[in-house]
Parts: sequence; structure tokens; C-alpha cells
Amino acid sequence: MSDTGIGKSVKRREDLRFITGRGRYTDDVNRPNQVYAVFLRSPYPRARIVSIDASGADEVAGVIGVFTGKDLSADKIGDLPCGWMVKSKDGSDMKIAPHPPLAVEVVNYVGEPYGIVVAESLAAARDGAEVVATEFEELTPTVSVANATAGAQLHTNVPDNVCYLWELGDADATNAAFAAAAHVTKLTFSNNRLIPNAMEPRAAVASFDAATEEFTLVTTSQNPHLERLILSAFVQLAPEHKLRVIAPDVGGGFGSKIFVYAEETAVAWAARRVGRPVKWTADRSESFLADAHGRDHLTTAELALDGDGLFQGLRVRTRANLGAYLSTFASSVPTYLYGTLLAGQYRTPAIHVEVEGVYTNTAPVDAYRGAGRPEATYVVERLVETAARELKVDPAALRRRNFIAPDQFPYQTPVALEYDTGNYEASLAAALEKSDYANFAARKAASEQRGKRRGIGFSCYIEACGLAPSQLAIQLGAGVGLYESGEVRVNPTGNVTVFTGSHSHGQGHETTFAQVVSDKLGIPFENVEVVHGDTGRVEFGLGTYGSRSIAVGGSALVKATDKIIAKGKRIAAHMMDTNADSVDFSDGEFAARDSNQKLTFGEVAFAAYVPSNYPSSEEPGLSEKAFYDPKNFTFPAGTHIAEVEIDPETGVVDVVNFVAVDDFGRVINPMIVEGQVHGGIAQGIGQALLEHGIYDDGGQLITGSYMDYCMPRADDLPSFDVDMTVTPCTHNPLGVKGCGEAGAIGAPAAIMNAVTDALGVVDLPMPATPERVWRAARG
Amino acid sequence: MQQTGEYRIGVPRDAVWTALNDPDVLARCIEGCQSMVRTADDAFAASVKAKVGPVSATFQADLTLTDICPPASYTLNANVKGGAAGFGKGVARVSLVPEGTTATLLRYQVEGQVGGKLAQVGQRLIDAATRKMADDFFAKFGDDLAPGISEKIVTEPAATEKSGRYVIWVIVFLVLIMAIVLAS
Repeated sequence: MSDTGIGKSVKRREDLRFITGRGRYTDDVNRPNQVYAVFLRSPYPRARIVSIDASGADEVAGVIGVFTGKDLSADKIGDLPCGWMVKSKDGSDMKIAPHPPLAVEVVNYVGEPYGIVVAESLAAARDGAEVVATEFEELTPTVSVANATAGAQLHTNVPDNVCYLWELGDADATNAAFAAAAHVTKLTFSNNRLIPNAMEPRAAVASFDAATEEFTLVTTSQNPHLERLILSAFVQLAPEHKLRVIAPDVGGGFGSKIFVYAEETAVAWAARRVGRPVKWTADRSESFLADAHGRDHLTTAELALDGDGLFQGLRVRTRANLGAYLSTFASSVPTYLYGTLLAGQYRTPAIHVEVEGVYTNTAPVDAYRGAGRPEATYVVERLVETAARELKVDPAALRRRNFIAPDQFPYQTPVALEYDTGNYEASLAAALEKSDYANFAARKAASEQRGKRRGIGFSCYIEACGLAPSQLAIQLGAGVGLYESGEVRVNPTGNVTVFTGSHSHGQGHETTFAQVVSDKLGIPFENVEVVHGDTGRVEFGLGTYGSRSIAVGGSALVKATDKIIAKGKRIAAHMMDTNADSVDFSDGEFAARDSNQKLTFGEVAFAAYVPSNYPSSEEPGLSEKAFYDPKNFTFPAGTHIAEVEIDPETGVVDVVNFVAVDDFGRVINPMIVEGQVHGGIAQGIGQALLEHGIYDDGGQLITGSYMDYCMPRADDLPSFDVDMTVTPCTHNPLGVKGCGEAGAIGAPAAIMNAVTDALGVVDLPMPATPERVWRAARG
Repeated sequence: MQQTGEYRIGVPRDAVWTALNDPDVLARCIEGCQSMVRTADDAFAASVKAKVGPVSATFQADLTLTDICPPASYTLNANVKGGAAGFGKGVARVSLVPEGTTATLLRYQVEGQVGGKLAQVGQRLIDAATRKMADDFFAKFGDDLAPGISEKIVTEPAATEKSGRYVIWVIVFLVLIMAIVLAS
């Protein structure tokens, strides 16, 4: 086995260009004759646009034009759609608020764009934007999630600001379980609003070729084909074959770059309008205001247990803040990506969840690393830990008692999912061992000696990755399929160009996917190039989100590679004068079983393109495509254990140890997987201890810069202790599950369980800031 | 945002009142004021270039006076628009108390709110910035009317300083006692 094959920690080939400043991001792209865009944004959370006087801007040297929502609608630019139709429990469709790319009559959140200023330079565009005189008539905003249904109505078609009231599970069975319960644990908590903060802000460079009527949009997208599809089919910017979307190097997404936003749309439109390429790069303030935010739930959750501590029922009521408009996948996050995960790792027989999605005058809320699953894990794992404390049972023992056992898979949960495989006991046991749980009491006592309070917290999470299968998802309201495409193009000299519909924005696909293909074809890793992120080069794709790339995109490549090998065998059989069934392929060689003849992969590739000794039944060339539609989700799971030490005098929480034992199935590149886990845990700890997107009562975002929005930094984090157990996925060819979000899913509950353990309190809202912890420590 | 302040101006109350109602005096005294015009008996419109932390812009202010009791007090209602920089709204209650026949005590109490970029990145800075703007204004205003004999009356900061000193003496005292106990 080569040292670059599946399972090897190959160094990321893309890192050389990233760390030497040679990455090519959207803002690095410049077009001849290009002009610059700056957006006019609402300073009010809710206001009527009375008038926009751009005469001042027209006098600023270099300003080419100021355009508004009326200009876009005059050009028949459509609304930004939401890609998942969620139905309320009464069967009615969710209420979709019209979402024009640029607000036309009413603005609904601070930072909402209502105009675009295009100028010869960025400075001129800014100067122009400065002097546009817009008269607003302020309207009463609805800001708080708690009071959303009683507040002023945002949209005329949405009574009480309720987008949907969705349910999942069996209400009667669940209520019966509670009626018969020996013990009920109940918690009410919030899941704090987060702002994604990708290192690279969103950006777009659009050009329009008047001769061919083709648009080229270079933009920070996690899924350029989806962007093209939506801009064509819904926004009506241009037909799909006249629109090329390129997502070059992208500096982090965490979900926030899945969505089709107003700015990219308006910039593309403006390129046609002014007849010159238009460039826009968000500044950090704009990212805070106008990137889709994450989380923001209010939840009451109850767990019913019988006399033996077995979970009998789970009842969850959540109000989810959707923001002012539905972002591209906003509706699905607090429903199908949340309610379906509430079984966790447990055999809870009856579960019922109700989710009320509400509109408020805040930025749209959509998927952010984990998307629904961190919220679900938080509900389940905070409840389970609290139940253990109330019953004075060891939290690990209570979990063990309720785990789905390895021999119970496939396991049908009461909330729609069928887990294919898992071994929860294995990861818990490994995590207990690594965290030295047995000696925790001694460490706690030692902390107390020093005037500190020590706590330990568990989180046995499950996630569902590689959202699938398409047919089921579409039945449940998804507007797109959930497959992935892959193409393996063998060049005449035997090296390979791989095209994937997945997109890498930090995940290292150029390395991982090359490992998979080179391993399967038995050719050197260096001979495989991975192309992604360009609708002009890659046939189709649904992009990267929900930890789906290796499970879905990787599987598509395996499928295409299998076709290459099959065709290679037919060609080799002809060349070796045997039949394809008698040809074996391994380590890059085709071998005839009935003779000593062998052909290298390169020889067969060359023959395919220079077909002299070639089967007449075969087309020349060696290039294969595949679409892979998974049969089921994958279900990564694991145990995270956090240990914290709190200084009651300052309220500072020191995360002294963090153990993560994850089961991602087979692992292609352990180093990359570990890196993904590290990043996820950092973001999870960020949510638990530091990050909070806050709007004041008046609807102003008061955590709109790094002065007020606290990101996790290296000195907030311990050296993570990461390990893996392996239970291969049963239904994809690589046995992989996905690892991108696990850290962010598992960590918040582990940290908050540890913090509440240390403080001896039932609950504390996230983030557990020093002030909150200090107050709690004082009782 | 809430703020109060107090200034002693070295001219009689009537003169202060007249000056407060004179757009030219106001324009001279507001840092960055580009224009100040009376739009009605009880209203002014001003254009002021100002900087709050990283936010710099030209603000258009509509000022309306209500509850006018010459020459003792009025309420100033301000509606300030900064375009891309955001907006501010505020109400200032201003009262003038004669100090003998030669000086006047000016007290103000402001309540305000900001929005847009000012709120987003300037929230932490807004108190300090408006305090500085008020100080600058009254310093200039006092100098304009009575050069050299007006002053800001620093009440709260002085009090803090005093109690601070007090705390230090308590600590010194405790340390001394501890030293005596340990020595004995």
C-alpha cells in the first residue's frame, strides 16, 4: 500500500499555495475595465423607503450609477427563493415572505441592501453611497424571538410572523409516556445566535459578454452549480447555459456561503446594466450584518424516564428565529435537520417535537456548521446529563443503559431516520479512558484546594450527514436533489483529471479526493489533479455542506473510477487476447488470469486514445462520469468529554481538557479529519463560552465587530485529545460518514454540562461568559 | 445612552440664552459644523462632520426646540442622519441657573439612541464620543461668550476619584494593622 493511499495522512497539497500567498480568491480576480460596487444598507430594523435621492451621488466623480430594487424588478429580476418547502402540522405550506434581492418598499433588518452604487473606483463608490439621501419612515420592529408572535407583523402574508408550525413524531404516544413516567426532567433554554465569520468575506466579480450574452460570476460559493441553478430558474438572471459560476479558492464557509444572496445577484445584474465587469467584496462590517446567521432557538424540552432510568419519551417545543426573510435553506435547518436528530444515540421509544419558525426584524438565519444538529444534540445531551444528576446516577452509566446496542442496527428511530450502523459504547468507553474519568474526583478535590471549581461534561452526539436520498428529500420538501457528480478523465499519457461537484473551501478535497482516485487506480498521487468549483468545467454538482463531500462526492468518484477500471479491463482484455472477466486489476496493473501478461494503467490509457490494437466494440477515450445518489444518510457519532476549571473570583472558564472520540466510519486522511475535528470543536467551544450575536431592543446589531463579538482564539482552547473508532458506513462504497461538523455539534453540550457541573447549577445560558459564570458562582 | 453634564459660563443668564438661540454662535462652537440655519422660530438644521471611533461622516441634524421657557430652560430634540454611517436620535433637556449676576450654570441631560453603523461598531465608543463633543462644544461656547472664565463642572469623575483615594487609605490602614499583628 502506498503512503499516499486511502487511510494515509498525506499533507494537504493545496496548503503550499495557501501559506505562500498564492491562493486565488475571488477578490484576487480582476477584470479589464472593471468597476466597483458598494451597497446601500438599511440602518433601521424596519422602515418604509419613502424616497431615494441619488442626485448627490451622480455628482461624485467616478460614480457610474445608483440602482435600486425598482431597477432590478423593472428588469424582471425575481425574488430570492427558499429551497425547502416545509409544511405546518395542519398540512398548510409554510408562509414565504417575498424576498427581493434589493428591498423595494420596506426594509426589514439592519444591513438589508436596498441599493447598489457602481463607480470607477471603490473610493468613488463609497463616496457616492455616502451622499445618497434616503428618506425612511420608521416602523415598529419585532426583534425578540420570545415575543415574535405578539410583535408587529413584518409581512402582510404572514400572520403573527409564524412561517410554519411543524411537528414530527407521535404526540399521543409521547404524552402517554410522560403520563406513565417515574421521573421527568425538564429544561428551558436558548441556543445562542451565532455569526459565521468565515475568514474570507463574501465577494463577487461579475462580467457580461454582450456578444454571446454570457454571464461569468466569480463568487465565494460552497456550491456554484446550485447558485447557477437558482440564479437561472428562480431569479431569472440568465438561462443556465448562459451563466457560468466560478467559486475559486474560498476561505471558509461554515454554511454561510451555501446561500444565494442579494449582493452576488445584484452585482451580476449590474454587470449587464453598466456593460462592464463589476466587483464587490464585503467588508467585515457587512459580513456581520448580512451573512446569514446561525442557531437562535428557544426551547423547552422534557425527558420522561421509567423507574430503571430508561428513557420513555422526549417532548420538545422549539421556537426558531428565521430572521426577516427565508434564506436559501433556512426552513429545513430547524425542522428536518433538527427534529430528526432528537433520538440521539438512544432507544427513546416515543418522541414528539414541535417547531415554530418565526420571522423577526433581524438578519436571515440559516445553516451554520452543524445546522440543526448542534441544536438537537444540545437538547438531548443537556437533558440526559441533567436527568443523571437529578437521579444521582453516573451520567456515563445512564447513557449506556439507553444506548442503541451494536446488534440493534439498522435502527428505526421514532423521528423518521433509520441509522444504518453505529457502536456508541465503543466511543464512550474510549473517551472515558482517555479523559481519565475514573480519577476525576481526585482532580476536582485538587482544584478545590486551589479555590477553583472543576466540572466534567459529556456529549454523546449523533449527526446525519450526506442528506439523502434525493427522492425522499424531495418528497419532504427539498427543492433540489441530493446526489453528487464525479468525472474521472484519464488523459492519453495516463495521468488523471478528476472533476467533482463538491467544493473545497478549506476541507482539503484536492488532497483527499486525489488519494481516493490514485488509490483505486493504483497510480501515483501526483498524477491526479482535482478540479472543482466551476460550472464551466464541472458537469454538475450540489456542492459542499452537511459534511457530505466524501460520503456523496467521494462515492461518485469511486463509481466513475469503477467504470474506468471496467472499460480498462475490456481494452486490456482485447490487447492481451483474453476476455474482460479474466482480467484482474490491482496496483495499477491489468493482469490476464490465464497468462502471464500484464499491462500498466498507462499503457491501457494510451491505447484508448491511440486505438490501434483496440476492441471494435469500444469507443475510443477513457473518461467516465457518475452521479451518486446515496440510499440513506450517514450517521457519524461519538463521545466528547470536556473538563473545565472555573475561577469563582473571575468567572473565567478554563477548558482544561477536551476529549473527542468520533466514529466517522473509514477515514481517508486522518490528519485532515483531525483538523476538521479541531476546527469544529473550536467553534463549538466558541458557541458555549464566547460567541453571541445580539440585537438590542431597538433592532440594532450591537455585536457587529470583533470588539463585541468574541471569537475563540488559540489561548481559549486546550490541546484537544482526538481519537477515532471505526464502524464503516454500510451503504456507500468507501464506508465513510463525514466529519466536517462533528466538533461543532458535540462540543457545546459537553462544555455546558461541564460548566453546570462545576457550578452545581441546573442551567446557564450560552455563552457562559465570565460575567454569567461569576454571578452563578456567587449563587 | 444617557448623559448629564454641568458647565459654569462666565456671563449672565440672558446672554447665554441669546447665544444658545443664535445659529452663528452655535455653528462656531460645534466642532466640524459646516452649516447651521434657523428653519423656524424653534428649529435649526445643521450639517456636521464628525467622527465616532471608526465611523466618520457628515451628519445632517434637524433640531427642534420644545418646552421653551426663556431664559431658563428648553428641550432640544435632535434627529441626526448620517447616511451610510447610521443615525442618531436624542432629547436634551437644558436648563440655565443664574449664579449671582455674572455667571450661569448650564445643566443638560441627554437621552439618545443610535442606529446603523454607529450602533454596530460605535456602541462602545458612543458615550465617550458624545461626551467629548459636548465638552468641546461648551468649552468653545464658554470661550466665545466669556473667554477664560468658563469651566466644566466635573462632578462625577471627581467623586470617583475621591472614593478611590479613600479606598487606598483603607487598604493602607489594613496593611498596617496586618503588619502589626504579624510582627507581634
